[in-house]
Amino acid sequence: MTQVGPVGEGCDFPQANSTTLSRRHHILDLDDFTRDEITEVLDNSAAMAGVLKRDIRKVPALRGKTIITLFHEASTRTRVSFEQAGKVLSADVINVTGSGTSVEKGESLYNTALTLQAMNADIIVVRHPDAGAPHFLARHLESSIINAGDGTHAHPTQALLDLYTLRNRLGRLEGLKIAIVGDILHSRVARSNLWGLTAVGAEIVLCGPPTLMPVDLVNGERTTEGHPFAAIRTETNVERAIEGADAVMVLRIQSERQRGGFLPSLREYSRMYGITAKRMELAKPEALVMHPGPMNEGTEIDSEVAHGARSVIEDQVANGVAVRMALMFGIITPAPVPARSRN
Amino acid sequence: MSEGETIIIRGGRVVDPAQDLDMTADVVLADGLVKGIYGRRRARESGTVIDGAGLVVSPGFIDLHCHLREPGFEYKETVASGTLAAARGGFTTICAMPNTNPVMDSRAIVDFVLERARAEGFVRVLAIGAVTQGSFGKQLSEMGELARAGVVGFSDDGHPVSGDNMMRQALSYSASLGLPIINHCEALDLSNGGDMNEGWVSNRLGLKGIPNSAEEAMVARDILLAETTGGRLHIAHASTAGTVEMVRRAKERGLSVTCEATPHHLTLSHEAVLGGRGDGGQFSPLTLAAYETNAKVAPPLRSQGDVDALVRGLADGTVDFIATDHAPHATTEKVSTFSEAANGISVLETALGSLMALVHEGKLALPVLIERLTAAPANFLGVGLGSLKTGAPADVTIFDPDAEWVVDSTKFVSKGKNTPLDGAKLKGRVVATIVGGAVRYDARESGSAG
Repeated sequence: MTQVGPVGEGCDFPQANSTTLSRRHHILDLDDFTRDEITEVLDNSAAMAGVLKRDIRKVPALRGKTIITLFHEASTRTRVSFEQAGKVLSADVINVTGSGTSVEKGESLYNTALTLQAMNADIIVVRHPDAGAPHFLARHLESSIINAGDGTHAHPTQALLDLYTLRNRLGRLEGLKIAIVGDILHSRVARSNLWGLTAVGAEIVLCGPPTLMPVDLVNGERTTEGHPFAAIRTETNVERAIEGADAVMVLRIQSERQRGGFLPSLREYSRMYGITAKRMELAKPEALVMHPGPMNEGTEIDSEVAHGARSVIEDQVANGVAVRMALMFGIITPAPVPARSRN
Repeated sequence: MSEGETIIIRGGRVVDPAQDLDMTADVVLADGLVKGIYGRRRARESGTVIDGAGLVVSPGFIDLHCHLREPGFEYKETVASGTLAAARGGFTTICAMPNTNPVMDSRAIVDFVLERARAEGFVRVLAIGAVTQGSFGKQLSEMGELARAGVVGFSDDGHPVSGDNMMRQALSYSASLGLPIINHCEALDLSNGGDMNEGWVSNRLGLKGIPNSAEEAMVARDILLAETTGGRLHIAHASTAGTVEMVRRAKERGLSVTCEATPHHLTLSHEAVLGGRGDGGQFSPLTLAAYETNAKVAPPLRSQGDVDALVRGLADGTVDFIATDHAPHATTEKVSTFSEAANGISVLETALGSLMALVHEGKLALPVLIERLTAAPANFLGVGLGSLKTGAPADVTIFDPDAEWVVDSTKFVSKGKNTPLDGAKLKGRVVATIVGGAVRYDARESGSAG
């Protein structure tokens, strides 16, 4: 039976357990998400996925709410994913991109943001090449801020959709062994996944060329007492990293890394770190292959792996909409008790 | 209060490291000069009395490194506002860096700044000339002409002298003038557009890191070139343990190498970029105060190990003196993302308060701190300042070592409100600043100033 009723009137829509997310005003990273809150997001995302399977993919949950996507960096999948998530929830979604706007005319991020706020945006979804841009907006604006990727810092919605995809396919998160392979140094996806995977009790191996690994994770600063990543293993050998993994997250290698002197060549990277079917044999038989996109097939991942039976890369894209719906709905819906910003 | 008047500072703790003096005494100033220090008997002169009980009476502080921004960047600071901030901070002599617009690479610009200082300044101003024309690093500035205009050294500060041969020629040429090359040591190829110190904080924040080696590679080169040329090398704003160690060894070998450290590099680590984190440990979730642009400075705030090494170096004299690197900016240049933000901290008005923490924590003796703010920079400059010897210019700083106050940048007289210490409680505060016998700042008149 297809549910088309409004949210909150006895349908299969999340509300009863919206106790933590609904007290949150912003989603900037996963560093302040507990295991319970992540579980809540994933449960709610499953309900949202149900909405997306209906004949009429529209619920009035966020009717009359305004969501602005402010993208200062090229993006297709993430921007479209947020836009679709907002529209399915009946919010008015306005897309602003860096080119062709006052941004190109040299307007500061601060002034752009004030202008958007004057339009009473309930949520501003921001992607920006500078790390901390969402924190900057959150400090200065009343609107809820969702980080859609800031520089090389964080990409929390990607990490949550990765967790959702893992749980969906493997049925659990705790104790999973996840290998993250590629340009860890410059990866906001890896950084947010470190927080998320650590919170849910997964085991993490980071693998990449030494030039593309954060120095503090390699040189031992994380052995400091209380370091949340104390248990993370780092590897420069991809076979050892993949061995026995439940999933391999492959990161995009940008061609700038070759010009920047981080790599001798993309060809050598591909030979030493590329994820091939042969290398995947070292992982568990049911191991998943993930990639946040866009892929460079033939460089960091072979086409046969990218489109093979173990690949859940297209699932990730589809799941992204459900996860972003859950997040938008969660932070915009008033909490049962007076809302307090957790940030 | 005019310069001709007699001032008696009664019963303060007089600390004058140049005379190895630390005693309760009366200090008498007359005709713009120090008339005498009276320890055993009370000074009998008549004049304006300042009660020094419970206060420290020190030679006026000297700052070898600050940015007055005039001409060219008057929206950030002017000679008038910058020297007023200096007086509030207890500084009686400050040296203006040449990265103005136009750059102080010619006599005309130096004359302009010094004239401005005479007309509008609250404290003494000395000028530092550019090493290279326009500070572009391509051609030496007319150092001889600049020396005649009165510059006390040469620096392209804000930019390093990157060219190896250019630095060699600069050290060689300036040596004949007896003036130092003050280098901002930063191998730009290694700092590579980084935003902050490379370490766990930069990784945590996803900001591009600047390794210690970016500074140390150029310090090593410059020490070699100082040896080759016999020139005078001064390393601006040392920030790493490795720099301190190299300078220590260079001094042991008798080279003419000196270095300075700033109050912020001596007291703050890279964790300042995380913003106010009163609760929770160092690994607690980021707050909205993270990406603190007011803690963005070149060289970047380093690890605690580097901070500790700088303090030890300051204590043992490897770090010759303290310089503020006062770098005021307009608010709009800091209300931005971290990468977009300008480098620099407005330091003059908080310098003493933050440095006194080193004394209160037992890391530095008070007379040593004062020496590094007075006699040591005066000795470097070779001018007859930095002491309360009889007959010396009456430049005096009086401060309360134990007064607690909360930094409120909105009350700064500097145009630059850019401080990572806003809201911080400091212990140690300037009470009065006297320049050439004239009171330039008196906290008791100004009420509860900043």
